[in-house]
Amino acid sequence: MPQELVQNLIKGDKRVAAKLITLAEDRSPKINQIIKEINPYTGKAHIIGITGFAGVGKSCLVSQLIGEYRRRGKKVSVIAVDPNSPFTGGAILGDRIRMQSHTLDPKVFIRSMGTRGSLGGLAKATKDAIKILDAYGSDIIIVETAGVGQAEVDIIHHSHTTVVILMPGMGDEIQAIKAGITEIGDIYVINKADKEGAEETLMELREALKLSPKKREWIPPIVKTIAIKGVGIAELADKIDEHFKYLHESGEISERLRRITEAEIRDIIKEMIENKYNDKLDNPKIRKLIELTSNRELTPYDAALKILQRLCLEEVL
Amino acid sequence: MGEKRKIRVLIAKPGLNGHDRGAKVVARALMDAGMEVIYTGLRQTPEQIVETAVQEDVDVVGLSILSGAHPILVPEVTKLLKERGLDDVLVLVGGIIPEEDIPDLKKAGVAEVFGPGTPTHEIVEYIKRHVKRRRE
Repeated sequence: MPQELVQNLIKGDKRVAAKLITLAEDRSPKINQIIKEINPYTGKAHIIGITGFAGVGKSCLVSQLIGEYRRRGKKVSVIAVDPNSPFTGGAILGDRIRMQSHTLDPKVFIRSMGTRGSLGGLAKATKDAIKILDAYGSDIIIVETAGVGQAEVDIIHHSHTTVVILMPGMGDEIQAIKAGITEIGDIYVINKADKEGAEETLMELREALKLSPKKREWIPPIVKTIAIKGVGIAELADKIDEHFKYLHESGEISERLRRITEAEIRDIIKEMIENKYNDKLDNPKIRKLIELTSNRELTPYDAALKILQRLCLEEVL
Repeated sequence: MGEKRKIRVLIAKPGLNGHDRGAKVVARALMDAGMEVIYTGLRQTPEQIVETAVQEDVDVVGLSILSGAHPILVPEVTKLLKERGLDDVLVLVGGIIPEEDIPDLKKAGVAEVFGPGTPTHEIVEYIKRHVKRRRE
């Protein structure tokens, strides 16, 4: 990758940033080289994950947060993730609609990404896009996930601060609490706090957080917001900043970074092996192993081990 | 590595017209055809549309105009796209466009105009045939 491209990126060239993100999304073989070259320029941004069930007002809240951080003089980037259809592979990436007031702000960059088959609420390329936007010069990178459920918790492995957004009367607050939500948040938000049931939701959440088995030094605060009116946003930004400060002062940041890196490498290993396996499905030896497994002469575990050994050997040879 | 690439399409409604059912129908059809559609909503200025096209690195910009303002808005968009170096983006226009205005739009850089009632599969096929295979 020409040195000029990297220099343009760190100078804040939006077009370069966008094109590099596309290469990451396409899972280009060049991605490793790109990361190598931008690595020295990453590590500055505060990465904030925003998650919550559909309809709680994530995008509206993110838009308000962008405004708040801009008032505080920060350069803000947003990655808004939406799911691709498992059947057609297509997607409507519509989070951006609620952030349109920021489009022409030179210090705001917004990118919509489809999950493209990944199940954890993020795309495979999200971790790369974060690095690209870090090198691009973002002070704040907000990653808005595709939604939250028991499976969509990848965000905790990609962000410094995870913000979980709830709203009153979501149907069954207890269900939400059972979904493991109380384990993943560094900060909790009750949006649409002017709706009926807000106080009840807050108290139930507070109780559930107390009961959480996870021992933590940082007690997750609960912030009430009315995103559509801009209420509570400054307080939320303050709490987010406090958390970042806490991570550094307590030294917990290195533990966070280690977890993030472990997850990154794990994801890449999985991707590499899956790709190799998919590429080699027509290989006669592998077909034979699959046939033997179908005929119950081999267990799937035996077949997998043999295939894994074969895939790794081929690399070495 | 190397997944099947997705065609990214920006669907925008420049100007003041607020009727967007057509745009939404097309957006849905493109999604069903496996594309990623960034739908930016109503009342977009040419500057906003082009800035979005830059950040989202789209392959196609689809402008939906029912207001009659196309002779002004469309060339403004294509001009800004060129200025930002987005020459290889496919620009398509839909909505209410009189036949006699189409040549000027094409001269301004529009690849094709799709009037009301165009079967969506025609738009899908056109895009798949003409989108510039980018990068690498």
